[in-house]
Amino acid sequence: MSATLFRTSTAARSALRAGAATRAASAASTSFVRGKATLPDLPYDYGALEPTISGKIMELHHKNHHQTYVNSFNTATEQLQAAESKQDIAAQIALQPVINFHGGGHINHTLFWENLAPSKNGGGGEPAGQLKTAIETSYGSLSSFKTKFNAALAGIQGSGWAWLVKDTETGQVQIRTYANQDPVVGKYKPLLGIDAWEHAYYLQYQNRKAEYFSAVWDVVNWKTVEKRL
Amino acid sequence: MASAKYSLPPLPYAYDALEPSISAQIMTLHHTKHHQTYINNLNATLASQATATSKQDIVASLHLQNALNFNAGGHINHTLFWENLVPASSPNAQPTAAPKLAAALTAHFGSLEKFQEKFTAMLLGLKGSGWGWLVQDTETGNLELTTSRDQDIVPVGKKPILGVDFWEHAYYLQYLNDKASYAKGIWKITNWKVLEARYESGYEGVFGPLAGLRSSI
Repeated sequence: MSATLFRTSTAARSALRAGAATRAASAASTSFVRGKATLPDLPYDYGALEPTISGKIMELHHKNHHQTYVNSFNTATEQLQAAESKQDIAAQIALQPVINFHGGGHINHTLFWENLAPSKNGGGGEPAGQLKTAIETSYGSLSSFKTKFNAALAGIQGSGWAWLVKDTETGQVQIRTYANQDPVVGKYKPLLGIDAWEHAYYLQYQNRKAEYFSAVWDVVNWKTVEKRL
Repeated sequence: MASAKYSLPPLPYAYDALEPSISAQIMTLHHTKHHQTYINNLNATLASQATATSKQDIVASLHLQNALNFNAGGHINHTLFWENLVPASSPNAQPTAAPKLAAALTAHFGSLEKFQEKFTAMLLGLKGSGWGWLVQDTETGNLELTTSRDQDIVPVGKKPILGVDFWEHAYYLQYLNDKASYAKGIWKITNWKVLEARYESGYEGVFGPLAGLRSSI
């Protein structure tokens, strides 16, 4: 995923190809330009997820909301670099919530776009292979899993996300919710994320969020989810 | 404990009375759907809690605290919010309706404009759903700006004077992602007379009939 989150300069890319770690390259050369986070293109048209998610929601969500996370993350990382160069530890710490929020927003939305697809082009249906087995091992059946996932989405108190994650210690999959833009990090690996912020559905579903949660399965890209396993 | 049933308070103005700052569609959904849902879930939680208490099931009681905090908070916060708004045409929408509070805000922030700028900036800094508040510390009497996340109420010892809902459902149908315009528009429909009354009131008085509910969360 990191390749889609950042577009680095040519010099940076060749440095990376040469095997230098980003941090080492940064330290070694003052002319190194750190890559900026950029808005990834959607892998389908804004209207392609209709009627599940309206074209207007997709356009605002991608062009405005996701873009704002990208812009604010870049601003925060510039401030962090300045604080690092001044060895200002307090300023570095103070920036962490902003980086978590906007960096999380960028990561979460990027994963979200990828794990959706138009129903005529891979969206909906059922998972296959190891993913199917993993879901059935944890939740008995796909239908039971969806019911529990929808309940988790409905139980979010405020803004947030529900994820199917893989516990990298046990190898098992499970449903977890995250507040606001907290990203799936640490021992959990994100497999499938559904955005439960009101901006993800309100123009179309208003307060009837349960209808959005039920409908979104029609555009889940199980092939992408399976590849993440 | 008493299994008091809470009900939706009527708005003190028509659904379209806050236009153009807040559309009638938003007000209708916000009041009849969102606020009503908090009340329904609050009543259900209180009923479950009464059952747990009668069975002396402490674990079940503790598990219900989260739902109580969220739904009672949602009821209290929205009730305070409706009260501190007013149609722009009302004389109460002018800061002159709050002479003592306006003087205190000017003394504390430099000017009313600076207070409003700081309040708006605070709202825009919220990360996720939540509320922005002007509160008064009940010990020092100082005016302070603070936020609460999701449906948390203002902390104990802080008397709410002005609350602004910054959940997306409060503005999205009209303002989309332009939340700054919503935040700035609030100042045209702020009920300064109510703010002055809260500033002059004791702590419990601000919550009115919900004072008992507030003390239970």
